[in-house]
Amino acid sequence: MAKLFAITIIIIAILSAVPIVRHTWWTAEDISSHGAPIDEQMSETMAEAGVLFLASQILLGVFVWKFSKPRVGQPIKNFPGGAMSLVIAAFLLVGTEVLALGAFGAKAWANIYFKPPSADAMPVQVQAGQFAFYFRYPGPDGKFGPTHPDMISEGSQNFFGLDTSHDPDSKDDIVTAEMAIPVNREIHLLMHSKDVGHAFFVPELRVHQDFVPGLDLSMHFKATKVGKYEIVCTQLCGLGHYNMKAYLYVMSQQDYDDWLKKEAALQ
Amino acid sequence: MATTVQPPTVKEIEKRSVPETGSGNGGWRPQGGDQRLLQEYAPPPASTGIWVGLAAISMTFAALTSALIVRKGGAVDWQHFTLPSILYLNTVVLLASSVTLELGRRRIAAYMGGLRTTVQHPARWLYITFSLGLLFVAGQYIAWRQLSAQGLYLATNPSSSFFYVFTAGHALHVLGGLGGLGRAVRKLNHLDLRRSTLDATARYWHFMGALWVYLLVLLWMKL
Amino acid sequence: MHDISHAHAAHHAPTSFIGKYVFSLDHKVIGKQYYGLAFIAVLFGMFLSWLMRLHLGWTNLPIPGLHLLSANGAPGNVMTPEYYLQLMTMHGTIMVFFVLTTAPFAAFGNYFLPIQVGAEDMPFPRFNMMSFWITFAGFIVLVASFFTGDGPTLGGWTQYAPLSAVGTVGGPGEGLGVVLWAASIALFCIGQLLGSLNFITTTLDMRTRGMSLWRLPLSVWAWFITSIMGLTAFAVLMPACILLILDHLAGTSFFVPSNLVINDQLQPHAGGSTLLWQHLFWFFGHPEVYIAIVPGFGIVSHVLIPNMRRPLLSHRVMIYSMVALAILSYMVYGHHMFVSGMNPVSSIAFSFPTLIITIPATIIVLIWLGSLYGSRLRINSASLFALGFISMFISGGVSGFFLAQPSLDIMLHATYFVVGHFHMVMAVAAMFGIFAGTYFWFPKMFGRMMNDTLGKVHFWLTFVGTYAIFMPFHYLGLAGNIRRYQAFAPDYMQPFIPVHKAITVAALLTGAAQLIFVYNLIHSRFWGKPAPLNPWEATSLEWSTPSSPPPFDNFGGKLPVVYHDPYQYGIEGSSGDYVMQTSPEQIHTKSDEA
Repeated sequence: MAKLFAITIIIIAILSAVPIVRHTWWTAEDISSHGAPIDEQMSETMAEAGVLFLASQILLGVFVWKFSKPRVGQPIKNFPGGAMSLVIAAFLLVGTEVLALGAFGAKAWANIYFKPPSADAMPVQVQAGQFAFYFRYPGPDGKFGPTHPDMISEGSQNFFGLDTSHDPDSKDDIVTAEMAIPVNREIHLLMHSKDVGHAFFVPELRVHQDFVPGLDLSMHFKATKVGKYEIVCTQLCGLGHYNMKAYLYVMSQQDYDDWLKKEAALQ
Repeated sequence: MATTVQPPTVKEIEKRSVPETGSGNGGWRPQGGDQRLLQEYAPPPASTGIWVGLAAISMTFAALTSALIVRKGGAVDWQHFTLPSILYLNTVVLLASSVTLELGRRRIAAYMGGLRTTVQHPARWLYITFSLGLLFVAGQYIAWRQLSAQGLYLATNPSSSFFYVFTAGHALHVLGGLGGLGRAVRKLNHLDLRRSTLDATARYWHFMGALWVYLLVLLWMKL
Repeated sequence: MHDISHAHAAHHAPTSFIGKYVFSLDHKVIGKQYYGLAFIAVLFGMFLSWLMRLHLGWTNLPIPGLHLLSANGAPGNVMTPEYYLQLMTMHGTIMVFFVLTTAPFAAFGNYFLPIQVGAEDMPFPRFNMMSFWITFAGFIVLVASFFTGDGPTLGGWTQYAPLSAVGTVGGPGEGLGVVLWAASIALFCIGQLLGSLNFITTTLDMRTRGMSLWRLPLSVWAWFITSIMGLTAFAVLMPACILLILDHLAGTSFFVPSNLVINDQLQPHAGGSTLLWQHLFWFFGHPEVYIAIVPGFGIVSHVLIPNMRRPLLSHRVMIYSMVALAILSYMVYGHHMFVSGMNPVSSIAFSFPTLIITIPATIIVLIWLGSLYGSRLRINSASLFALGFISMFISGGVSGFFLAQPSLDIMLHATYFVVGHFHMVMAVAAMFGIFAGTYFWFPKMFGRMMNDTLGKVHFWLTFVGTYAIFMPFHYLGLAGNIRRYQAFAPDYMQPFIPVHKAITVAALLTGAAQLIFVYNLIHSRFWGKPAPLNPWEATSLEWSTPSSPPPFDNFGGKLPVVYHDPYQYGIEGSSGDYVMQTSPEQIHTKSDEA
């Protein structure tokens, strides 16, 4: 039975590694300007975690196999180096590895979060609410009009609670149910939640951020490849959580301008 | 087991003479050697138990304190109000009850220590402590009435919410302390009171006083 | 003054049925009651997971009889999206609280901690009895939410605000369902605090003569460390639940900000903090998951050692590592909140202790592996599950490397990668610890052996089955499969659906395999082979009781005297290959590095 255990565990360990090595299911392609360090971090971690995983499972199997059929009178042996060698191995191998990962990962994180958006980043507002995302573009005046929560009405499609009759800045705001951005242009995403907690996640864009009701957050990023992507909600928000998504179109500047004009006409 | 309040047996085993060593020598101990002195003293469970309980209560109020700080820090709607002045009187009452409890504890210790014939009414100071405790709770209730007369209820604004939560939470634990005091008095009257029980009850009660002073300062500073 | 040189029962043996089996003060009965509670809870929680898995694989499939559980939740036997979330919430809550905290800690701890330290019972038996019944009441309140109004809450076991605090406008189950959830958990916390009180005082004050701290078995150390964590963690969750209840019932706004608009209605709340709930919850939540696993460490060590016929490579290093893990567990909780909107600097701050905590965890695994080397390993149901625990803990722990890094959390947060990680360490590893403890201690608890062949079959099916279920979760998570979705609506998730179907099949089969364990447990209880007093030839105090199960006061009137370390196996110069802690046999050995 010990041999069966050893064989099973080694097979399971190797089988588990196969889809990883072959990238059968893997992270979506990176279309962001900040994603490369993240992907590098992922590969590094995967390699190190993978080695640790395989080595320890195989060692477990080998030891169970080897030491389960002792000869009569065979004395107990201590692992060479004793516990101290293992403690030192843990500190040196695992400890230095995780600290290195931490340090490099912190750089990747800082690259995203500790850099302010550039002055010419294009602002887009996204509002999350049960169970849809809506987007607002500031229009030609470049200013977002104020929102009035008491005026929000899904029924009359006033998703942001704009008062176009009294607020001049709101008049040219463009509200859409899909998000479009020009490629290679930095976007400053202003995030607001209408009701409960939600999140904004676009796997290809390497952007993932919770909305915090009562707190207006922002992200900034740049998409480097034209295409159609999906924004999904990842913070449990109620029964429609699974269906809360929107399309993100990354377009050439020309196509984007055309799209924006079309949307403006629909307001 | 710990001795109960029977005929005076003032036999205190104070300290271990054999240091607690672990397994460094492979675990063998001389047969029939000084085994008796090892592990013969352990703190009475009531003593350890009350510290454990007080640790848990401290964590609860620490959590509420951080909730208060976070809530106040992020809020634009924080409204200060003046604490009802009766709170200060209540504080004096509660601190006084700690004094009377200490007086009672020494008295009972003397009683338990063999002076039963000369100590009259050993529980007297416990009754006084109990009454002061009740007075404190009553005073807290009056404070709540005074606040609600000003229109400040539990849900009126965040600062009033925290006031009620902290004071009610504390008062609830004081009521628990009153229960402990009552139990101690009852046991004393049956000559069934252990020293450790009395000390643990007293420690809890003093902690309620200290906790109240902390809360008063916190509420005064933050609300 | 605490003279333990003579033994007399702290409380007398009860005679009535109620005193013996219902409101018993005997820690052994209380331990069995907790086990029974965990047993019912795990069967119910597993049943909920089957319903969830069926729905995830075949979303519009009518499940026969489901409308009997809830007419609203499953009209025509087809589960609604909200009902999926409600079942999911109950599954998580029941499993984390009423199984993983209850069985390894409250059940086995209550039964064996006093015996292993050489005491007759815990010092506060009435509190102990209350602790069980309060916990049980919590379970009843939680299950009651199935039968009230619009059903249980759907906000996940984490109950994030403001969804959990806005009331019925948030969705089905968000009114009374949340209040019942919070009340149930508050009761659970109080019950466990009373339990921790007993565990700590027993370990510190009730050890018998000769039982120094270093001579305590590793299971006792694990329970002791866990109870200290519990003391601090549960004492924080309880006020958080009370504040949540106040937001519901008293109109306060601890967790609900102003200007929220739900169903076109402005909500009457002002200025609460969403993140406050997360901080309070995870300050509890992270130590809680270590509370779920540390008793497993103790049980695995305690079970493996007699089956290896040797002590661990270093007894003290294992203890120090468990302590280090427990201390670090308070500094890491923010890793659940990396993308929550808290200050990004905090995310970096929390990631470092999270990465560092891998060191004591690695040491623990390496000590086990190093102890297997050169041992005389015996294979039986208990040792198989203990070995399986090591494998599962490695698998689950390794995925932690990824989740500890905020930059990777961008890709993995709220995906099935997280679900895979915590199921491997909790649902599987911790469960394996419970199984190992059961097979190992059953002979002492009931005087009979469990059927070892059935135990081995149970092991193989469960070991392979759980890998088949939970390994794929990690791949799905890497590819962006979001969790807590009742169906996979986004375009890019369509290819995942066949994988889910396969996982569901594995889950149902593995679930069915647990029936072998249930049968074995019940059959052996009444008709198992009578067990010798010390079937594993083990050394700790529970194996020196005069009967199995032990008598009412554990040792039959005379407290044991301890002369040895807990794991004296393979000792040169002794008369056998093991020396029980109570044996007066003298041993001359060079000091080992215990």
